[in-house]
Amino acid sequence: MNEPTADLNHPQLPRRPLGPPLSEPSCWHDIRVTVNGAPVCAQVESRLLLVDFLRHRLGLTGTHVGCEQGSCGACTILVDGVGVRSCLTLAVQADGSDVRTVESLAESGELNRLQRAFHEEHGMQCGFCTPGILMSMTALEESSEVIDDDAIMEHLGGNLCRCTGYVNIRNAARRACLRERSRPVDEGADRDA
Amino acid sequence: MKPAPFDYRAAHSVAEAIRLLGDGDREIKVLAGGQSLLPVLNMRMGHPDVLVDICRIPELGSIDVDSQEAVHIGAAVRQAQAHADPRLRSGWPVLTEAIGHIGHPQIRNRGTVCGSLAHNDPASELPAVAVALDAELVARSQRGLRRLNAADFFDGPFSTVLEEDELLTEVVFPRQPAWSGSSFQEFSTRVGDFATAGVVVRLERAGDVVSAARLVFFGVGGSPVRVAAAEQALLDAPVTPSSTAAAVSALEEQLDPVGDIHATAAFRKELAAQLAVTGINQAWERCA
Ligand SMILES: Cc1cc2nc3c(=O)[nH]c(=O)nc-3n(C[C@H](O)[C@H](O)[C@H](O)COP(=O)(O)OP(=O)(O)OC[C@H]3O[C@@H](n4cnc5c(N)ncnc54)[C@H](O)[C@@H]3O)c2cc1C
Ligand code: FES
Ligand code: FES
Repeated sequence: MNEPTADLNHPQLPRRPLGPPLSEPSCWHDIRVTVNGAPVCAQVESRLLLVDFLRHRLGLTGTHVGCEQGSCGACTILVDGVGVRSCLTLAVQADGSDVRTVESLAESGELNRLQRAFHEEHGMQCGFCTPGILMSMTALEESSEVIDDDAIMEHLGGNLCRCTGYVNIRNAARRACLRERSRPVDEGADRDA
Repeated sequence: MKPAPFDYRAAHSVAEAIRLLGDGDREIKVLAGGQSLLPVLNMRMGHPDVLVDICRIPELGSIDVDSQEAVHIGAAVRQAQAHADPRLRSGWPVLTEAIGHIGHPQIRNRGTVCGSLAHNDPASELPAVAVALDAELVARSQRGLRRLNAADFFDGPFSTVLEEDELLTEVVFPRQPAWSGSSFQEFSTRVGDFATAGVVVRLERAGDVVSAARLVFFGVGGSPVRVAAAEQALLDAPVTPSSTAAAVSALEEQLDPVGDIHATAAFRKELAAQLAVTGINQAWERCA
């Protein structure tokens, strides 16, 4: 398997639809998105799901695909700062947006605080659900909300895990995210704009 | 699975959207938040030729309160945006409560209020809220504009009176009168699931008695179900255990839910009646 490449504009990553186009050229669209901070231009077919764009065209296989109907949360990413299902979003709908995936969390190979909490609390077993859960928790952490147990459970509610029984996931989320007071508005202001 | 091929068009104005929808030769679907439409496409239960994305239309993206103090929610307004709006929370609290029961935060970040109304899933919350609060839905096409009462809008499971070429541009909730109160009650097995059953209650009070009542159920029929006989049973008296008991016996006679893997018909009916009792009492307490 190819290592996911950090360089999203790497010449070997396909910029055009893979395989023979299945529909007339009017179904193709040029999109510009920012993915994990890097500007990306690509041509996509209308029906390409955002999750498949990330995985197959950009090589960002950290985002997982489970149910493709919005129920499991494995594909959760951030679009313009909020958590969304990338299986229920078309790549073309993301044109002009800021997209962040689990690959954006660790900086220069160092796990961030949230990832470390999942490591230390053993908040996973097989790890299939983990990228989606990390992104749901990142969205919560970056919001301006007070983060109590209820908020954590509300935001975890959209992510299924078939292995752990959730206890360690909740403990990890608590360790990283609990905060008694809401964040000052200006810290979150760029996302509300 | 992945969706079958289709064409995608992003509309940038209502005029452009209804022009695109007016092309009668192809099967065209409005794409709002996609939280119901994309599962349908991914499962290949639908094969539209064209999707018209309405979420880039600036004129549909806002929540406005007009001079009559009615609130207008445009078709591109996401459920999360409506859920966070302080004007809705204070003026139409049952709407805020109902939105909080839709799926998960990640679903509400993209799903729209109007998309939920246009989709009319029998277990969905917002159609029942629209009927209970006498909402008005505004539909536009190249043929003109129609204002539809929520009571006439929903005509069966996953079906409304909207024509193929019509765009629902906004939903309008009228100001709730003084001395009225509402309640939203739902039961689902897990948080975020579609409702096993639920009810929206709205009461108006004159002096010590109920002067108007609405009981609108969801999850117990193909569309929102209003039970007029139970509403009648509450009128012209204060809310007391005997008036709610009268309403419950009317409900038990009129409600005819179906059974499925989540609940038997008898359990659903019992559940709906119990939720109604809680809802009637809460709405009465809120009548101020
Ligand atoms: C995991 C999950 C859980 C969910 N749980 C719930 C729940 O508990 N309760 C609930 O009510 N919903 C639930 N939903 C559905 C969600 O609320 C959807 O957002 C909503 O039903 C549809 O809104 P949308 O904006 O996503 O519409 P879309 O999916 O874009 O459209 C739905 C349908 O309505 C039509 N349509 C949309 N907007 C318009 C318009 N303005 N004019 C004309 N036609 C239009 C479309 O053509 C399509 O046929 C859930 C969805 C998922 C994936
Ligand atoms: S793959 Fe997107 S929610 Fe399951
Ligand atoms: S760790 Fe296996 S699905 Fe969550």
